[in-house]
Amino acid sequence: MKKRFTLAMGIAASALLGAAPASAQGKSITLCWAAWDPANALVELSKDFTAKTGIAMKFEFVPWPNFADRMLNELNSKGKLCDLMIGDSQWIGGSAENKHYVKLNDFFAKEGIKIGDFLPTTVDAYSTWPKGTQNYYALPAMGDAMGWTYRKDWFGRADLQAEFRKKHGRDLAPPKTWTELQEVAQFFQGRDIDGKKVFGVAIPTERGSEGITMGATSALYAHGFRYENPTRPYQMQGFVNSLDAIAGLEAYKALFKCCTPPGYTNGYMQEGLDAFKSGQVAMQMNWFAFFPGLFKDPAVGGDRIGFFVNPSQKTEGSTLGGQGISVVSYSANQAEALAYIKWFADAEVQKKWWSLGGYSCHKSVLNDPNFPNTAPFAADFLKAMGNVKDFWQEPSYAQLLQATQRRLHDYVVADKGTAKEALDSLVQDWTKVFKEDGKN
Amino acid sequence: MTSHTDPAGLVSLPEGHQRASLPRVQTGLSDRAIAWLFIGPTMALLLAINLFPLLWTIFLSFTNYRANRPNAPLWNVGFDHYVAILTDPDIWLRMQATAHFVFWTIALQTVIGFGLAYLVDRKFRGHGFWTTLILVPMMLSPAVVGNFWTFLYQPQIGLFNYVVGFFGGIAPGSFQMLGDVTLSPWAIIIVDTWMWTPYVMLICLAGLRSIPDYIYEAAEVDRASNIRQFVSITLPMCMPFIMLAILFRGIENFKMFDMVNLLTAGGPGSTTELASITLKRAAFEAWRTGYSSAFAIILFVAVFGLANIYVKTLNKVKAR
Repeated sequence: MKKRFTLAMGIAASALLGAAPASAQGKSITLCWAAWDPANALVELSKDFTAKTGIAMKFEFVPWPNFADRMLNELNSKGKLCDLMIGDSQWIGGSAENKHYVKLNDFFAKEGIKIGDFLPTTVDAYSTWPKGTQNYYALPAMGDAMGWTYRKDWFGRADLQAEFRKKHGRDLAPPKTWTELQEVAQFFQGRDIDGKKVFGVAIPTERGSEGITMGATSALYAHGFRYENPTRPYQMQGFVNSLDAIAGLEAYKALFKCCTPPGYTNGYMQEGLDAFKSGQVAMQMNWFAFFPGLFKDPAVGGDRIGFFVNPSQKTEGSTLGGQGISVVSYSANQAEALAYIKWFADAEVQKKWWSLGGYSCHKSVLNDPNFPNTAPFAADFLKAMGNVKDFWQEPSYAQLLQATQRRLHDYVVADKGTAKEALDSLVQDWTKVFKEDGKN
Repeated sequence: MTSHTDPAGLVSLPEGHQRASLPRVQTGLSDRAIAWLFIGPTMALLLAINLFPLLWTIFLSFTNYRANRPNAPLWNVGFDHYVAILTDPDIWLRMQATAHFVFWTIALQTVIGFGLAYLVDRKFRGHGFWTTLILVPMMLSPAVVGNFWTFLYQPQIGLFNYVVGFFGGIAPGSFQMLGDVTLSPWAIIIVDTWMWTPYVMLICLAGLRSIPDYIYEAAEVDRASNIRQFVSITLPMCMPFIMLAILFRGIENFKMFDMVNLLTAGGPGSTTELASITLKRAAFEAWRTGYSSAFAIILFVAVFGLANIYVKTLNKVKAR
């Protein structure tokens, strides 16, 4: 009898033990993000999560130009497509206030996830709302900033070096300031290299989504642009349209006018990559996220490519990109989605994330003394992340962005008015939006 | 055997057989009820997908509603949105850009479309092949057209710039169709004309083929010249068709979005930002639902009003 009882207990126990993975194996969660190189790396990384938990991963990747439209529509309609969302940093305000994202404070405390393990600038930018508070709606997932690539092989040519030195009295090297940037770009503009006419730079000029804003702010930040009075929030007069800001915008327009390929009036990420990969331009401004792929490119990668951080002018400053990972409030699989976040926060997973081409924001990865040597762009990435600045993250960010796109494109590409007029108009537009929101 | 016809005159009955007077069978549903039963679902569907959204949009246009802030308090803003839109100089610039686009696309498409129809109407070798070839652009998706014309307009490798450069004696890279404030409005007009002229041609062709041959024969007997025949017969008899084509293209181009969005995204600056692009940005990027509803109603009233006036004119032309 005792033997039979033991056998029965054994069967029951094995059934129970087997039941746990069996139930997990039936589950799947969907992660939504933009369709780009790092997303492919995340697919690869997530296989480890599935192997560990039995939870299958599905992915919904949308090309960048439609990403915000598609995903914000999904969130606003309380859609259940996405369990996890790697949303843009600007969405955090609206997504927190409209309760699209699950607040993660209790979960972090319960699971022992230390947000302090992540770079503070990325926590502020990707996770918190109001910005800088201890209300967490995301875990920093993908650090990113605007950086630059250049044709190292062209810069290294003895004849070009000699000519540049004769003209400017210094080596032809990655520019340290925006003044130098324009000189180098001008030097390459229209030059014949290997029987092909090449141009200076590919910089964002796109009108429809966020392109020209992300590009021009790189110049504005370096010249000392500020969004508001540091002592009086939402007071923008004299900051957004300061003399420094005007100089920054004029520098961006000058670079666009002198040194971009003909017809480069609506270019952003893909157009920049195309121009650089096809050997059309000597330098390209684009997101660090693309640099691992560019380094591996058979045509322009390896020894032929070099990287540099956004040049300074009056100060150092890089435009922030990147995203945090959030659990969608309307998800029916929140437990599994939270399990993914817990797994993703692990230091070992973060190391692998970086090795696969994702930009970890974890201090254990970034503060590793060997980190700058792990990739040719790693040191510049660290430097950029140390001085990043982000666009407004307000719930009305889209309206603020639309106004910026219009004013900047009008001035830079369509030659309408002066830099001062463009920035003055921008102050008026932004003031109107904040007034409607009762914040002014 | 004799027979006689029943009162209805339909069936011949044998002698001595009288149709028994049958009691009227109640089927339960009258003809009118059956008719309603058939059209009811369609009517309900039309009300659901046309009338209800229209009424809902009108309601929203008087509120501060934003689709991305469903929990925010909703209040009545009266005519604020309408006043804001109608007094906004930027909106009037967008309307001017739309009017420029609609006017020139219709003018070019009508002239070229009618010209092509007039040519295709003649019998010539390979007539069918050329007609089919001309129709190809209108069969393409606007997304495809937008993308490949972006390449055609590329200053360095684009075929358009090359052809203009070749015949105009200027460097292909010296001008930008999509990036230039002066040229970009014409760039989108050229693409729309290329794509939709065949449509106008088809309608005009139907008009030309509806003119009976005997009218031309009578004109020839009267020794009317070709020009006289064209002015007095072809053009007047084709006019209702031409006007119909103008109506269709006018309505379509007033709400043009996809192709222009792909070609220029409204740029450079806001040069080619048509009203529909502004509306889309307000509704689905800035999420100003109340404001954009008011804008949509204004556009709807404008198109509906103009179309009504136009249809009345069309009917007068047809009655002549």
